[in-house]
Amino acid sequence: MTWVNAIVQGILLGGLYALFACGLSLMFGVMRIVNLAHGDLAVLAAFLAYSVMSATPLGAFWAVVVVVPVFAAFGYGLQRGLFQRSLAISPLSTLLVTFGLSVVIQNLLLQIYSADTRALDIGSLVSEGLRINANISLSYLALITFGLAIVVIVALQVFLSRSRTGRIMRAASDDQEAATLVGADSRHVYAVATAIAFATVALAGLMFAMRSSFDPSMGPSRLIFAFEAVVIGGLGSLWGTLLGGMVLGLAQTLGAQLDPTLLLLSGHIIFLAVLAFRPQGLIPARRLA
Amino acid sequence: MTSSMPVPAARAGSAAPTRLPTQRDGSGGRPRVRRGRRANLWTTAVLGIVVAVLAYAPFAVYTSITDDLVTLFILVTMASMWNLLAGYAGLVSIGQQAYIGLGAYAVLQFSDWGVQPYVGVIVAAAACAVIAVPTSLLAFRLRGDYFAVGTWVIAEVYHLLVERDASLGGGSGRSLTTLSGIDASVREALTYWIALGVTVLTVAGCYLLLRSRLGLALTAIRDDETAARSVGVSVSLAKRLVYLVSAAGCGAAGGLLIVSSLNVQPDAIFSVQWSAYMIFIVIIGGLGYMEGPILGAIVFFALQQSLSSYGVWYLVLIGAIAMASVLWLPRGLWGAVAARTDVRLFPVGYVVHTPTLRQRVAGRIAPAPTPAIAPATAPDDAGEPGDASGPDADRSTA
Repeated sequence: MTWVNAIVQGILLGGLYALFACGLSLMFGVMRIVNLAHGDLAVLAAFLAYSVMSATPLGAFWAVVVVVPVFAAFGYGLQRGLFQRSLAISPLSTLLVTFGLSVVIQNLLLQIYSADTRALDIGSLVSEGLRINANISLSYLALITFGLAIVVIVALQVFLSRSRTGRIMRAASDDQEAATLVGADSRHVYAVATAIAFATVALAGLMFAMRSSFDPSMGPSRLIFAFEAVVIGGLGSLWGTLLGGMVLGLAQTLGAQLDPTLLLLSGHIIFLAVLAFRPQGLIPARRLA
Repeated sequence: MTSSMPVPAARAGSAAPTRLPTQRDGSGGRPRVRRGRRANLWTTAVLGIVVAVLAYAPFAVYTSITDDLVTLFILVTMASMWNLLAGYAGLVSIGQQAYIGLGAYAVLQFSDWGVQPYVGVIVAAAACAVIAVPTSLLAFRLRGDYFAVGTWVIAEVYHLLVERDASLGGGSGRSLTTLSGIDASVREALTYWIALGVTVLTVAGCYLLLRSRLGLALTAIRDDETAARSVGVSVSLAKRLVYLVSAAGCGAAGGLLIVSSLNVQPDAIFSVQWSAYMIFIVIIGGLGYMEGPILGAIVFFALQQSLSSYGVWYLVLIGAIAMASVLWLPRGLWGAVAARTDVRLFPVGYVVHTPTLRQRVAGRIAPAPTPAIAPATAPDDAGEPGDASGPDADRSTA
C-alpha cells in the first residue's frame, strides 16, 4: 500500500514539476531560449512573496495575486531590454546572459536575505488533506497545485491555438523573419511569451515555497527539475511537459521509497535514460502546441 | 568568410610604421606566411621571465601570497579548459565541475591506495580523461543549450554517486591526511610549484594543441562547423578529443584544489559555481583567444580579492559584468586588444607579411599582385579585422 501512496504522491509532485517546467518549455518553444535563471526566478518569487507577507497583513493567496503580475511585467521588460539584444547576437550569448542572470539573482538573494531557510506560512492548509485510507492521504495543497498545473497548461494550449497573439507567437516560432515580413511584431510577441513564462514560474515558485522551505541556493536544483521534465516529455510540447513532470515525480518518489537517499539520483537516472534511448522525449512535438 | 571586410583605418595606419623594420631583410618583395611576429618574440621572452619569477616566489614572499597565487593558477587552468571547449570546439558545458570534483576525489582515493598526492594530481587528470569517454557518449547526444544543461545533470549524478561512497566521507567529505607528514612551509611551496607546473603545462598544452593539425580543425569548426565538415574535418572526433583534454585539465584543477586545501566536501567541490567562475573568466577575458582566460582570471581574481570583505557582492558584480560583456563586448577584453594591436602572446594563427611598395622599389622587384598567397588556414572569424586591402596588409587567423 505504501507503493500505491508513492505512486499517487509522485503523480501529484509531477503536477508541480509540470507547472514549473511549462515556462521553460514555452520560452524554448517560442524563442529557442533555455532560461538558466528559471530556477532562481522561482526562488526570487518565493522571497518576494515572503517579503510581501511579512511587511503587510496580506496572506499567501494575496501574495500570489501580487507577485505573479509583478513577475509578468518583469519578464516583459527583461525580454525587451536584455534577451532580445542577446538573441540578435547568437543563441550562445542568450544562454550565457541567462546564466549570468542566474548567478546575479542567487547572490543578490544571498546578500539581502542571508542563507537562512524560510517558509511561506499558509496556515493549516499545509497539513490538511483528503484521507483515502490509512496509508494514502492527498494533501489539499498538492491537489490545488496539480489542478493549477492542468489549468495553466490547458489555458496555454488554448491561448496558443485560438488567440490572435498565440497564433502570431506560433508563426514567430516557426519562422521569425517571415512572421516579421507579414507584419507580426515579433519583439512584442516574444516579450509576451516571456511575460507568461515568468508568471507561471512565479506561480510555481510560490507553490514550491508553500510545500517546503526554501533558501537562496535552491534555484539551480529547481532549474534541473524543470529541465528534466521538459526533456523527458519532449521538447516544445506542453502535454509532453506535463507527462515529463509526472514521470520525474514518480521516479523520485518511487526511488525514495526504495531508499530515501535515492530521491534525486533516481530522477536524474530516468532523465539520462530517456536521453540515451529516446532523445526526442516521450511525446515529441512537431511544432509548438 | 570576411575577406571583404574593411579594416579600420586606425589599425592600418598605425600598423604600417611598426612593420617596416621587420621586413628589411634580404627576402625581397615576396610575401611570406609566418606565425610569429617580432612583437611575439618579446612577449614570449616576457612570458618566460614571468614564469621564472613566479617559480622563485616561494623563496621571496609570504605564504599568504603564494596561497593566493595557487588560487589564481587554478582559475587559469579551469578557464583555459573551458575556453578550449567553448571557444574552439563550440561545446558550451555547465558541467565541468564534474571533473573538478572527480579530480579531487581521485586524488583522495589514490592516496588511500598509496599514491603520493602530488603524483595523484597527474593520475587524477588521466582518470578524468578516462571517465570522460563514456560520459561524452551520453552528453554528445545533446546539442547546444541542451548540451549545457545535460552536462550539468551528469555532474549532479557524479556528485550524488560520490556522496554515496561512505569510504570517501559521504555527504560531509573528508580530509586528505597523507600530506601531513611534510613540514607545512615545504608543503605549501611544493603545492605552489605543482600548481604553477600544472598551469604552465595546461596553457602550453593548449598552445601546442591549437598549433597542431587538430588546432587547425578546431579553428575551422569554431568559424563554421558545416564548412569544416565539408572540407573533411572529422568534427565529432575533434570535439571528443577536446572534451577529453578538458576533462583532464579540470581533473588536475580539482586535484590541485584538494592538495591546497587538504580537505574536500562534495557539495562544494561539485558546485556549479566552478562553471560560473570558468564562464565568467572566459567571457570577460575573451572567448576563443588563448590569452582570454589568463587576462580574465586576473580580472576575476582582482575583483574577488578587493571585494572579499563585502560578502558575495563580487559575484553579483562579476555576473553583471559578464552579462554586459556578452552583449557589448562579445570578444571580451583580449578581443578588444587583439582588434587594435598586433600583440599575440600565443600566436596560433598564420600571418601573411606582404612587403610595402617602398620595399619592393628598394628590392627592384616588380610589384607583386597584392592578394598573394592566401593563408592555408580556416576563414577568419568576424570579431577580428583580418584582411586589409593596403599593400602592407597582414592576413591573420586568430
